[in-house]
Formats: sequence, structure tokens, C-alpha cells
Amino acid sequence: MATAVLETGERETYLNREYGIQSWLLTVDHKRIALLYLMGITFFFFIGGFFALLIRLELLTPAGDLVQADTYNKLFTMHGQIMVFFFLIPSVPAVLGNFLIPIMIGAKDLAFPRINLLSWYLYMIAGVMMLYTILNGGVDTGWTFYTPLSTEFLKTNVVTAALAVFVAGFSSIFTGLNFIVTIHRMRAPGMTWNRLPLFVWAHYATSLIQVLGTPVLAISLVLVALERVLHLGIFNPALGGDPLLFQHLFWFYSHPAVYIMILPGMGIVSEIVCCFSRKRIFGYKAMAMALLGIAVVGFLVWAHHMFVAGISLYAALIFSLLSYFVAVPSAIKVFNWTATMYKGSITYQTPMLYAFGFVGLFTMGGLTGLFLASLGVDVHVTDTYFVIAHFHYIMVGGMVMAYLGGMHFWWPKISGRMYPEAWGRLAALLVFVGFNLTFFPQFVLGYMGMPRRYWDYSHSPEFQILNVLSTAGATILAVGYLLPMVYFLWSMRYGKPAPDNPWNAAGLEWMIPSPPSTYNFEEQPVVSWEAYNYDEIKEEVPVAN
Amino acid sequence: MANNVDALFVFLLVVSAMMTLSIFTMVIFFAVRYRRQGGRRAEQIEGSHALEITWSIIPFCVFMVFFVWGAVIYFRERTPPPDSAEVYTVAKQWMWKFEHMEGQREINELHVPAGRNVKMIMTSQDVIHSFFVPAFRIKQDVLPGRYTVAWFHATKPGTYHLFCAEYCGTMHSGMVGSVVVMEPKDYEAWMSGGGNQPLALTGEKLFSELGCVTCHRTDTQGRGPNLVGVFGKPVLLEDGRTVTADENYVRESILQPAAKIVNGFKPVMPTFQGQISDEQLNALVAYVKSLGQQPSGQPGKSVAAASPQP
Repeated sequence: MATAVLETGERETYLNREYGIQSWLLTVDHKRIALLYLMGITFFFFIGGFFALLIRLELLTPAGDLVQADTYNKLFTMHGQIMVFFFLIPSVPAVLGNFLIPIMIGAKDLAFPRINLLSWYLYMIAGVMMLYTILNGGVDTGWTFYTPLSTEFLKTNVVTAALAVFVAGFSSIFTGLNFIVTIHRMRAPGMTWNRLPLFVWAHYATSLIQVLGTPVLAISLVLVALERVLHLGIFNPALGGDPLLFQHLFWFYSHPAVYIMILPGMGIVSEIVCCFSRKRIFGYKAMAMALLGIAVVGFLVWAHHMFVAGISLYAALIFSLLSYFVAVPSAIKVFNWTATMYKGSITYQTPMLYAFGFVGLFTMGGLTGLFLASLGVDVHVTDTYFVIAHFHYIMVGGMVMAYLGGMHFWWPKISGRMYPEAWGRLAALLVFVGFNLTFFPQFVLGYMGMPRRYWDYSHSPEFQILNVLSTAGATILAVGYLLPMVYFLWSMRYGKPAPDNPWNAAGLEWMIPSPPSTYNFEEQPVVSWEAYNYDEIKEEVPVAN
Repeated sequence: MANNVDALFVFLLVVSAMMTLSIFTMVIFFAVRYRRQGGRRAEQIEGSHALEITWSIIPFCVFMVFFVWGAVIYFRERTPPPDSAEVYTVAKQWMWKFEHMEGQREINELHVPAGRNVKMIMTSQDVIHSFFVPAFRIKQDVLPGRYTVAWFHATKPGTYHLFCAEYCGTMHSGMVGSVVVMEPKDYEAWMSGGGNQPLALTGEKLFSELGCVTCHRTDTQGRGPNLVGVFGKPVLLEDGRTVTADENYVRESILQPAAKIVNGFKPVMPTFQGQISDEQLNALVAYVKSLGQQPSGQPGKSVAAASPQP
């Protein structure tokens, strides 16, 4: 194998092939674009997290005393919009998916490298628009933009926020489109659909949702902007519109968007559980089909966000029933991950700790989803902290855990350096403890009746003790999130150089050098094995340092 | 109602706790039992359709119990009993305005008798709000431009929190109030104070002041349908559809008369959109409703089927 060598004697990689700002801003290498995205989403993650901390500090005491009511409303709005549209949705697909999908299927790059770069620019333009919105005084619609509040009553930057999300949506559509075409057309010889890693299947299912769902969000946000500017009577009943129409359009995208956020996480966890159990996945086909099943049925459950909104009794019954259907493939996934560990040879490196956390917290998030799908209970707990706790268990307990697990698992491949294992385990533990302390009390608060989006709860001082616990948890969580950022940065200079396959893991990405060269493979790989062929890999995971 | 919801909640809690515990136990047990040990290799297992089908079907059956139980409760929550006392509610940024049938008006405080069904007929003057009484386990969004309905049956006298549960702008968290449940005799005493005019009577006065009465006559000669005995009955429309004359239908017929023309009549009625307040609209609806409880002007025929105008 002819490996290119630089003048300095180092092996040429995608990182050291070119230097300078231009080599990054004009790159069409999917790996470099993934790193560009990584910088963007990390930035927004910490902005959104900062807003969350301010929210938690305000709720430490019942009275509204830290910030003004309007400021508080802006904080939860921008926390939601930034975390959903600028962190969660792009996080795994645009960073890890971008980096890994071409390598996992044995390709040099995505099908449309320039569109991939365009996606990032659109994301950045949207990000700048969002920052402008924040700096220009913010927006206080709630991340859901409900009409007619958003279109007629608020004085804030609704239009720029809506357009920022609109543009971010196109970035998401392009990424999805790129992945679908890449997975269909660019697989290496022998890489059949039945041999694809589940990470790739998960992104395929995610991309379908991104391409089919996001345009509906885009349409509804444009309509919000138009009604706000031109006073068209689309959603405002005073002009002959229907406010529930907006909710239908919004949730038609935003419920499937939950699966955009969680399916890639499920893909990551499948990779990690297999590697650290030294096992093939239990029930490969069921796992792949469950991903597609969730994506398809996920399009048919949106109105379960609207059981008290004024929809008809019978519509509510149908959407409740369909919501239970989507729970079945999710249950299969949890059971199959657990079964994968059976008779394995398990080690507890940092990625595996995150995978444990994911399985546990996703289970709790999923099961509390069953409470909300049950009509009689939903009426009481919807729009309370119960819902907040539920979706944070899925999105933060599930998705962010998976994202961090994936970042630790593939960091040696991405950066060519090892992260410090002991610190990694400590951070994983902090995140798990901090997360539960933050969000578990919110289930109780919700059942007690504390509504969401309340700046002041001085009428109900009985809510305070649980809010104090929650805020305490959030500070632990913050430390747990800051640590990986610090030691990842540290490891880029001081970390031990990573071997090509530090975990002795299966998969094409571990058969190439760390970090990879620009075109990934020196010669076209030919695949003759199934995914997770751990029976053919003799070595165990090396013992951690 | 609250007891039913709590019973289902506890059931969900027990089942979920069992599922969570079994998953956690298995994960921890496997993680310890099958930790890496020298000399032992992982045993490769392809999967098992039998197991997968088992752990699809069993959860599915449990889910269906959740669904049916929840649906039964919801069905009751959404179907107010016919004998309910009615309270008209207008929500606005950031207060709750209530008006009892007897004419009492309240702001942010709602007095109701214990042991009686109470039906809330609600609309909003501006954005979407949500009527939420945690102690009664009920919540219903309150929308501009239409009525939504909630009902409850309070059993224990006391004061309970009333929250707005749908984010509605700056003082959303200030849009709170209380529901005061009183012993029936205390409630009677409270209700009899003040000498208020019943809501339907207010409506009747408006009905003649606004000139409605000139067309909606109580015989068959009017240019509009006779409204006696209409409320709650099916109405045949010009386009062949049939709708039930409920609160929303009456409301729409006042604000957008052309939307649903009764069979045999012409769209001649002017709109009252923007000319009457939500409170006046409520009074008119209450009046039309009170007419509905009277015997029909033409026995055996609803007004919808009444003979067309000459």
C-alpha cells in the first residue's frame, strides 16, 4: 500500500494535507466539513446550555427575581430553538454521519461534496441569523412559534428567527439528500444492504425524515412570516384563519424531528454495544427494520401533541393508538441491545458507559412517552414539567449521551489522538448523575401540576424543593459537559497517538489509518463480511490506560 | 375523574417501573456476569425471531391496555353530562373572566358548588390559552374564534389552583387564579348576592337591541330561521350537509352568517364580526340555547326542516 508521506516525514492525512483558513473554508472533504460542523454545533450547544443555566437559576426561587418576565420567555425560546435546530438536528448526522458514512460504506466521499459544503454554509448563515436575532433583542415565541401569538401579538424578532430556522432546514434537507444518494449509489463492492452497519441504516432512516418532513416546517414558518408581515388570514382567526392549522403543520415536521434527533443516536449505540461486548448485534434485520419502522410510523403520530388543543375526540383516539404503534419498534431496539450483551465479553470504556446510560435513560424517556400517549393521563400532564422531563430524557438522556459516546468512540479516528480514559469515565458518570438529578424531579413537578414556561411560581411554593434539586443537577451536568470539551482539545496536542483500531472494532473505518487520508482508502475496498463480525476479530478491546 | 386518572397513572407507573427495573437489572447483570475474563470468548448469537416476536407482542398487548383505559377516561372528559351548570369563560392576556348562567361575573376566581357537574364554555379574546386545574386533572386549550369545552365534578370544598397552561406571552405565569369549591348551600348564598341579571336574559335584550328579532321571528314568516327549539338539534343546510346546532355553530352563524346557510334561506344576514364583544356573544348564545329548551314553534319539525320562506 503506497502511503503518501509529507516532506516532514509524517504520513499525509486529511488534517495535515493542507493548512490555512482557505483550505478549510473551501474544502469539499466530508471529514473536514464534519469538523467545521463540529465547531458550529459545539458553539451553539454551549450558547443553548448557557440559556438553560439561566432558566434553572431563575427557577431556584419561586418569585421571578433574577430576570424580567420577557427575558425569561426569551431564554426558554432561544434555548429550545438553538438546541433543537442548531444542535440536536445537525449534531450526529452532520458531524459523525458526515465523517463516517462514506468511510463505513467504502467510499471516497459523499455523492455531492460541494452540496455538503453548501449545507454547512447554509447552517452557518442560519446560525448568524439566529445570533443576530439574539443580539437584536431575542425572540419569545417559544420554540414552537404557536400562532396567533407569534404572528400578531409579540413585538420581538419573530421573522428573523423563523427565517433562521427556515434556512437551517435547507441545510438539513441537503444533508439528508446527500446521505440517501450516497448510501444508494456509493457502497463498495460487496457492501450489500444487509451488511451495512446499523449506524448507516439509522442515518438512512433519518435522512428520509429530513427530506420528507423539513419542507413542511419551512412552509409553515414562511406562512408565519407572511402572516406577520402582510396579515394574511392563514392562522389568525380574527382574519379568518385557523390557529390549529399551524399546530398541525408544525408538528407534522416537529414530531418526526424527534426521530431525526434520536435515530442517529440509536445507530451509534448499536456500534458501541457490539464493539465493547465483542458480539454481533442481536437480530440485525429487526434492528434495521425497526429504524425504518420508527421513521415511517413517526410521520403518523403528530397530533398527539394536540390532545387538549381542540382537535376532535375521534382524531385524538386515532393518534393515541398510532403513538403506541411507534413504541413497539423502540421497545424491540432496547431489548435487542440488552440481548446483544448476553454472553458477550464486556469492558467498560467511556463509550460503553455512555451506551449504558443511553439504554437506561432512553428506556425511561420512552416509557414516560407511553404516559403521554395515554389520552386520560396526557390531559393532566401535557404542557407541564412532565413533558419537559420526558423529552429531555429522550433528547438529552438519549441523544446527547449517544452523541458523546460516539464522539469518544470515534475521536481517535477523527483526531488521531486518544482522549484520557479516566477523565472520560468521570465525565460520563457526572453527566449521568447530573442529568438524572436535573430531570427526574421534573416528572414529579409535572404531575403536581407545575405548568411549563412559568417564570414565577410564587403562588405555589410547594414546587420549590424539586426545582432546587433540578438546578443543583444542572450545575453538575454543566461540569460533565465542559470536561469532554476541555480534554478533547487537550488531547489534540497532548493525547497519545491513536492506533488505527484502538478498540479492535469491526467496520471499514477501523481498517484505515487514524486519522484517515483525504480519500479514505488507498485502494477500493471489497467487502466480504457482515457487519459486526466480531467472531472473526480475535483481539479483545485493549485494557484502558 | 381525578381518581380515575390517578389510578391509570399508578398503573402506568407500576408497569413502567417493572419494565425499567427488568431492563436495568438485565443490563447490569450482563455487564457484570459477562465482563471480560481471560480465557472466555464472546459467544456469537445471530438473534432469535421467537424472542423478538415475544418482546414485541407482549409490550404491544400492555400498550393496548394503556390505550383503551386512557381513551375511556378521555371520552368521559370530553363529554359533558347534559345536566351541567354552565360557565361562560373568556380568556385574555392575562386574565380569566367567568360568567355564570345566573349572571354573576368573576375575574380569576371561579366559584362552583361541590357535587355538581360544571361545564366550561370557553373562548379567547386574543391568543391561545389553556384552562388547567391540576386538582381536577383537567386541561383544555382556549382558542380565539371558537368555543372549546371542559367539564368537571368537584367533590371536596376548598380552593384549588387554576393555571394557564399554554404559553401566552409576557405574563403567562401570572395568568393564574383559583377555583373555589363551596358547599351547595354556601354556593346558593354566594350566588343570590348582587341581584344579577341571568345571562340568557341579557342575551334576549341584546337579541332585540341588535335587531335579530326582526328576521328570526317565532313564526314561519321571518327572513331567517325561527330559533325556537333549534339548539342541540341537527340542522339541514343549503348544501345538503347536516350540522348539530351547538355553541360553535351558533357563534359562527352570528360572526360569519354566510358560512352555513340553513336550507331554504338566503344569505341575507349581515356579519356581527367585530361589532359585539365576546361577552355579548356568550349572552346571545346562552339566549339561543334557552330557546332550544322550549318546545319547537312547529311541533314535530325542527326549524331546519321548517318550510322555506315564501
